[in-house]
Amino acid sequence: MILSAAEWAIVALSLRIALVATLLSLPFAIWIAWLLARREFFGKSILNIIVHLPLVLPPVVTGYALLLLFGNQGPLGALFETLFGITFAFRWTGAALAAAIMGFPLIVRAIRLGFEAVDQGLEEAAATLGAPRNAVFVRVTLPLITPALLTGAVLGFAKAMGEFGATITFVASIPGESETLPSAIYTLLQVPGGEVDALRLIAISVVVSVLALAISEWLARRAIKRVAGL
Amino acid sequence: MSLEVDLQSTLGAFKLDTQLRAGQGATVIYGRSGSGKTSLINAIAGLSVPQNGYITLNDQTLFNAQKGVNLPVHQRRIGYVFQDARLFPHLNVAENIDFGARYAEIPLSLKQRDAVIEMLGIGALLQRRPAALSGGEKQRVALGRALLSAPNLLLLDEPLAALDMQRKQEILPYFERLRAEGGPPMIYVTHDMSEIVRLADHLCVLRNGRSVAQGTAEDVLANPANMKLIGVQDAGALITGVVDHHAEDGLSGIRLSAGMLFAPRMNVAVGTTVRIRIRAQDVILSQSEPKGMSSQNILQAKITAIEEGVSSGFAIALSAGTDRLLARITARALSQMELKVGQSIWAVLKANAVPPSAIAPS
Repeated sequence: MILSAAEWAIVALSLRIALVATLLSLPFAIWIAWLLARREFFGKSILNIIVHLPLVLPPVVTGYALLLLFGNQGPLGALFETLFGITFAFRWTGAALAAAIMGFPLIVRAIRLGFEAVDQGLEEAAATLGAPRNAVFVRVTLPLITPALLTGAVLGFAKAMGEFGATITFVASIPGESETLPSAIYTLLQVPGGEVDALRLIAISVVVSVLALAISEWLARRAIKRVAGL
Repeated sequence: MSLEVDLQSTLGAFKLDTQLRAGQGATVIYGRSGSGKTSLINAIAGLSVPQNGYITLNDQTLFNAQKGVNLPVHQRRIGYVFQDARLFPHLNVAENIDFGARYAEIPLSLKQRDAVIEMLGIGALLQRRPAALSGGEKQRVALGRALLSAPNLLLLDEPLAALDMQRKQEILPYFERLRAEGGPPMIYVTHDMSEIVRLADHLCVLRNGRSVAQGTAEDVLANPANMKLIGVQDAGALITGVVDHHAEDGLSGIRLSAGMLFAPRMNVAVGTTVRIRIRAQDVILSQSEPKGMSSQNILQAKITAIEEGVSSGFAIALSAGTDRLLARITARALSQMELKVGQSIWAVLKANAVPPSAIAPS
């Protein structure tokens, strides 16, 4: 199946948005997951609820909230514009932001489980060998949670690839800027006679998803083996 | 090296109130499970924070509740060998033992590293993953890992408890070598008497969180008042002798200051000085020199102390030559024999009551 230039553009944009969303949210997700798994602090349950909100809210609500906050008139949108020169509204950056927010709870949940499964006795052992706390984290904890990190990243990536409601509410579906696979499929389905083109895109998204899943499965199996000491 | 510990802590119903002084060599902390042994060494390592008291190591304050000092674990420079080894599963043996090298104040030289690997016999395991090691191999690697972090003090929490008898006998010599070859001072936690005879320079008995007896292993074990702390099954004094000969009939002779002791043949060269544990309940007392007995060992001794023990038993302290012995007899035997302090007596002991596990080169 040869892709047309327009189809390529859609696939490439979707992949870029999903990759950026996943990679940028990973460090935050690790931090939040660590807080939730390992720390006791005031407001922990509130943080937990906030993190999970995108999972339970209707995506259109999340999208509209993003528009209010990160739109050109929104407080955070204006802040990012002046500080970093980044505009979110109706741009691919906004699509990546929406995808990151929607995938965040999934990534955090997976990584949190990973932290909770780590034998803290190993971290104690590392400390008795002289390793300061951050070294213990980098040399012991992080390697031990790689399976959870991979699972979280794949879940986040898959969510980002398929994200529709919040994205279309926040950044619409502008070809070349914010038109991702799902929004392109949706647009084609609204046009009479667009089913054939839509089916091609649907086939592409199935292939991309299956590939991503297969790669992650392979990586995760290797990581689990390594962490189990085999 | 000098370690000084004075700690008080309450954990639910458990109260820890322990004083410990430890110097060069191996200090064994002995007590039943639940007596607070692990709580004590976790506090020394910094893995738990006591409520009150202080810990100093070589004039450095590691912990002082009053002054608000609590040095973090990684700055204490105290090695720890855990009961369950705790090797890093994602690293191979070489990476495990080298884990702490970069944090050491004075890292060991390559030659010293090779010497540790050689001493522990782990050279062939270096590329293996922890999951592919046996229990004994894991503990040897864990010991090597702790040693290569160049610690000022080594804590060992029942490092042999998870191993079967055969493995224990396989690993114990490594600890003996470490002690003999001037390794770091050790605090060795155990509830197994056979490890004490082989390792302990000093002994601290813990009971219900309190340090109830402390001193050189010989002094603590020879004190009849300590019998009830150690338990009638395990109580017994340590004596010293020199392996004299190995006889054809399967016995070995050990020269004591008070005569010859016969024990089942052991694997120790003639001329070696050995330490022997004689369990108090294996010693029979006789007022006249026994004749025509199957027991091979009859030592002349003098009663130095009589102490009432638990369950209508009495602990009798004896001196035989320069050695001290401990015997346990019933209250009835005590009154029938009218034993008195200062009295001369014969101590009778079967050769089989001195198994090889009770004998160790000293």
